[in-house]
Amino acid sequence: MRKYFFGPLLLMTFLIIDPVNGSLNLNAKKKAVEETENAGLKLPAGFSATAILDSVGKARHIVVTKKGALYVKLSKLVAGKGILRIKDTDGDGKIDDVKSFGNYIGTGITIKDGFLYTSSNDEIFRYKLDENEEVRNPDSPEKIITGLINGRQHNTKSLVLDDKGNIYVNIGSPSNSCQEIDRGAGSKGKDPCPILDSAGGIWQFRADKLNQTYKDGIRYATGLRNVMGLDWNYQVNELFVIQHGRDQLDMFPEYFNAKQNADIPAEEMFMIKKGANCGWPYCYFDVQQNKKVLAPEYGGDGKKTTRCEGVEQPIVAFPAHAAPNALLFYTGKMFPEKYKDGAFVAFHGSWNRSPEKQEGYYVAFVPFKDGKPSGPWEIFADGFAGVETVMSPKQAIHRPCGLAQGPDGALYVSDDVKGTIYKIIYKSN
Amino acid sequence: MKKIIFLISLCAAMLMAFNNSAPIDKAIMDRGKKVYIQYCMACHQVDGGGVPGLNPPLEKTPHVLGSKTKLIRIILKGMDTHEEIDGEIYSNVMAPHNHLTDQQIGDVLTYIRNSFGNKAVAITPGDVKYVRVRTK
Repeated sequence: MRKYFFGPLLLMTFLIIDPVNGSLNLNAKKKAVEETENAGLKLPAGFSATAILDSVGKARHIVVTKKGALYVKLSKLVAGKGILRIKDTDGDGKIDDVKSFGNYIGTGITIKDGFLYTSSNDEIFRYKLDENEEVRNPDSPEKIITGLINGRQHNTKSLVLDDKGNIYVNIGSPSNSCQEIDRGAGSKGKDPCPILDSAGGIWQFRADKLNQTYKDGIRYATGLRNVMGLDWNYQVNELFVIQHGRDQLDMFPEYFNAKQNADIPAEEMFMIKKGANCGWPYCYFDVQQNKKVLAPEYGGDGKKTTRCEGVEQPIVAFPAHAAPNALLFYTGKMFPEKYKDGAFVAFHGSWNRSPEKQEGYYVAFVPFKDGKPSGPWEIFADGFAGVETVMSPKQAIHRPCGLAQGPDGALYVSDDVKGTIYKIIYKSN
Repeated sequence: MKKIIFLISLCAAMLMAFNNSAPIDKAIMDRGKKVYIQYCMACHQVDGGGVPGLNPPLEKTPHVLGSKTKLIRIILKGMDTHEEIDGEIYSNVMAPHNHLTDQQIGDVLTYIRNSFGNKAVAITPGDVKYVRVRTK
């Protein structure tokens, strides 16, 4: 228990070390948060938002316990710790109890059947939970998977489990498009792309087996450049993922200009069955032609479709470069009927659209019926960036990164710039 | 009198050598900007701010304002070191840009060293050539 810091102490630590605000007490912080209506977010009628906590650090994926506490995975250690467990104990809508544990950075975090699963950038751990879904032994997790590729680029390991004791882990490609010289102008793609043996896909492992490595897992799906948002859909019992599509088509200026790069290569959502091939690095989805086309690294000219017949087609194509960092199927009862079983997607926001304005920086919603999209996607929560137009990502004050659903049906969104945790609720009139 | 002239010349020489605020020729800045827009802006952004966590900023970093040789080498050889800059680590790689001419590299480095709030002495095509022949 020695390393398990308790609430007020740690919270004070955040506030003291917070270089942006320099606030020294919790009350001042609370007032600052409350001043802005809906914590600065724009939401559909009937919805409201509050910032339940601010400045927690680089808050990546989040999960809510059945008692309403949250676990937050951090991609940069705060006071030496990489996981927060935060709770509003007095019910005033603000976090007043913060504990931290885990001495590693990472992004993935989820709860399934009495365990908290977390990821560093190359290993997966799990912690036994008690009946209140509190971690019993924060200093001694079980290491279930080790030795995963950690190539800096796309190195986060998102997690989800099914009902059969399997865990699905994204292993992103340490590359943009598998070129001989990564991101090099005009550089050809390696053929076949050797990355696909150990990355660029979703791997399936057992959730309860210790120290698994690649040889113990199955490459469940391939041809996925990098997936941060994934979720299990219990209506159809299948895995759904959303890919960070390729960058820099304009490395081939004979076929693409900057504007075409900014607009064409979609962020694709897939329903994944075992053995699926989604096409990366050979193909990308062109939102304007509404089809998969051959990548210029492999001889593509923006029109050819050779090699792309038979690859998995997206079920939703989102704007290029918008960076889908989390996917969540909404199963709660709080939100109106329209949202039931639909998908929320947290878009971290683009960078590869210059000189055009950047895209994303919002939470989108896709209505679903029987496990299929039943209407066009729409922006659900906007305004995270705090500026009307983002030209350069640094201008964004907040960027959505993680999503979680509370036991009451509230939707939580994390921000990894300032470390704000938002709670979005609905009240019918 | 000779002594005074010598001192004045010495001071002038020192000023020229150490005064970073010497204005850069507009033609160089214009050419440098053109190269920047074509090859650099996608990652380093219109404001030189970079992308947090992915692509390093060019604003007042020691890489940009410091050693000319090191900076020229980054252009020629690319960068994949992922070192921490002001507490942030940047995970994307930069491809080598050795296909650019000495003139283009000199122009664009002079441009970034004198944009985005930066001020540093120009880098000439000669500087680039000197480093290029000594860089494998």
